[in-house]
Amino acid sequence: MKPFGSLGLVAFAAAAIAASPAAAQEQLTIASAGGAWQQAQRNAWYTPFAQKMGLKFNEEETSAGMARVQAMVQAHNVTDDVVTVDTAQVLAACDSGILVRLDWSRIAPRDGFLPGAARDCGMGLDVYGDVLAYNTDVTKNDPPTSVLALFDTKHWPGKRGMQKIATNNLEWALEADGVPIDQVYKVLATPQGVARAFAKLDTIKQDIVWWQAGAQPPQLLASREVVMTTAWNGRIQNPIDHENAPFRIVWTNEMIEYDMISIPKGSPHLDLAYQYLAYVAQPENNARLGKYIPYGPVVKDAVEFVPQDVLAKLPTAPDHMKEALPIDMEFWADYGQDLTKRFNDWLAK
Amino acid sequence: MRRTTRGQRLGAMLLVAPLFVLLLVSFGLPIAALLARAIYDPTMHDALPRTAAALDASPGRGVPEDAVFAAFAADLLEAKRNDSLYSLAKDLNNLLPAARSHVLRTARDLSPDTRTTRGELAALDPFWGESDTWSAIRNGVRPFTTNYLLAAIDLHWTEAGDIGAVAPDQAIYRTIFARTFGIAAGVTLITLVLSFPLAWLLANLPGPTAARLILLVLLPFWTSILVRTAAWTVLLQRSGILNELLLGLHLTDHPIDLMYTRAGLIVAMTHIQLPFTLLPIYSIMRTIPPSQMRAAYSLGARPFAAFRRVYLPQVMPGVMAGCLLTFILCLGYFITPALVGGPADQLIANFIANYINIELNWPMAAALSVILLALTLGLFAAFARMLGVDRMKLV
Repeated sequence: MKPFGSLGLVAFAAAAIAASPAAAQEQLTIASAGGAWQQAQRNAWYTPFAQKMGLKFNEEETSAGMARVQAMVQAHNVTDDVVTVDTAQVLAACDSGILVRLDWSRIAPRDGFLPGAARDCGMGLDVYGDVLAYNTDVTKNDPPTSVLALFDTKHWPGKRGMQKIATNNLEWALEADGVPIDQVYKVLATPQGVARAFAKLDTIKQDIVWWQAGAQPPQLLASREVVMTTAWNGRIQNPIDHENAPFRIVWTNEMIEYDMISIPKGSPHLDLAYQYLAYVAQPENNARLGKYIPYGPVVKDAVEFVPQDVLAKLPTAPDHMKEALPIDMEFWADYGQDLTKRFNDWLAK
Repeated sequence: MRRTTRGQRLGAMLLVAPLFVLLLVSFGLPIAALLARAIYDPTMHDALPRTAAALDASPGRGVPEDAVFAAFAADLLEAKRNDSLYSLAKDLNNLLPAARSHVLRTARDLSPDTRTTRGELAALDPFWGESDTWSAIRNGVRPFTTNYLLAAIDLHWTEAGDIGAVAPDQAIYRTIFARTFGIAAGVTLITLVLSFPLAWLLANLPGPTAARLILLVLLPFWTSILVRTAAWTVLLQRSGILNELLLGLHLTDHPIDLMYTRAGLIVAMTHIQLPFTLLPIYSIMRTIPPSQMRAAYSLGARPFAAFRRVYLPQVMPGVMAGCLLTFILCLGYFITPALVGGPADQLIANFIANYINIELNWPMAAALSVILLALTLGLFAAFARMLGVDRMKLV
């Protein structure tokens, strides 16, 4: 009797596993940077995609996305299926061989994206602007009219918030020092240009409050810690729209960047990951993010799906593109490590 | 008799064995593996096997002869095929800024029938005709490297093949190490000055009162370090509680900068570290009967002499343990300097975290960790030798 008993148990267990919905339902794990931006992605993409595919979406929030991927890939234990990446990191991570080289035939036509948004290892998700913001309660009259007001401490004295990172700040320093926009990267590739950028930053070093997380600039403005701060446009627009915050955005001389998405090498659900990328790359889906956070679409055909009132708030609105400079990823892949070390050395002195 | 002691010893070792194995597997080995990255990086050696061999065959400096160029071109073509080109480009870029683009562009332009003499490659891209390029390649193809360890103490291999100091505007880590050890020593000293009288008070109060006061010390001790650091932000910022108070009392007419300063950092670190220094001292003081001091007085000692010759020697082990605990913990501080300190108050752990998380330059992070570990162990050994480990009492 006994052998049959245990056999029966095994059969029952097998039937139970086969019938269990958890085993049948597929999962997709995404790691992103959290905050208002991940909330917007959730509304625009995660939830509708999960419903459409009948799958479960796992979200991870991390500020060290690439380090996490590198550790996972090297340990041969990858649990993230897709990860969002900074523009400046995607090329270096691609070179390290920790990301899947994308097969664009499984996603969307590569030439349907804005220039530079469809990379070997990363697909653009949205366009955002690095802009200047101020609190109208602090700067009542005579508000700044360009991001370069950062460097004019005579006209606008007081602390200014800037992101603790070499990218953007070195470009702005050169622009403020009189380098024409289209020459910025050419000049920054020379040792004299680098010295010039740091000399310009030196003139305001004592007046800078450095921020690191995207949520900090609105806090710096609200607590009146600074008279102006650089910021990602969505992080300022959200409190203006939803909390009636007395903030304003200055667009002139903005820097334009993409948020990217990548697939770690060894992703456990590669097919689903590709399907997710293809879903986000469809024009009407790509446009939807703008409803939740004012970041623009990267797919050219998506523009017609963006509502008019959202369009006016995007970094790519024609009014906002005055003197705008798109960040040069190839340049930062080449010189990023050296310039970042120089920047950190400069900070620590 | 001998057999029984051996049996006992074996039994004890067996009892400890699981813990030892757990520590080794989950703690010791991963750390060792990570630290090994500081000196072992075979990426370029694996991607450029022919070049490495050709360079070995013709040692020297500067731009090598045609044979090396042919080997290099063959390696590039091979790397293009087996997908190791990008990691090669990135690794060379670590040694020589902008090398990445040159490697990728040259590999793209190269085809198996390209002539690959020195002149041809230099004509394709003048970068390959420069001696800087080749000293970086010579340097990089060695799988065992001292580059990162040297860089961690502001040294590098010069063109002439000697070890020399890096350019003054790029030397940074010695300053950071000195700053880290300086701040750790300062915080340790302040916690000692603050906690010694407090520990004495606690040890000599009647039981229930002492218990209540101890709770006041322990309560913040149980709170997460991140929460305590964030609380200091609320207190110290320009529109924070402290500044509002000073402004309200008309002690100052404009907010004082307390956040992002060295002073703010030391205050926050001292607050967090106080219990670590206090508790070992307190636990030792409680064991010293008050009658000893009375005995010293009755034998004619003045209060100071009695304190110095009877009391202090007995509490020294606790003082040493508390100070060492605080000092070593301070060396690894990361979150508090990041949130409360300014750019010039970042400690070595902040740089290590930056290399791990942001720049993905793990060999450099490993090298800085090796130096930090070596300095800490060296200091600990000196300390232990000077005072004797057995004289330290943690609890």
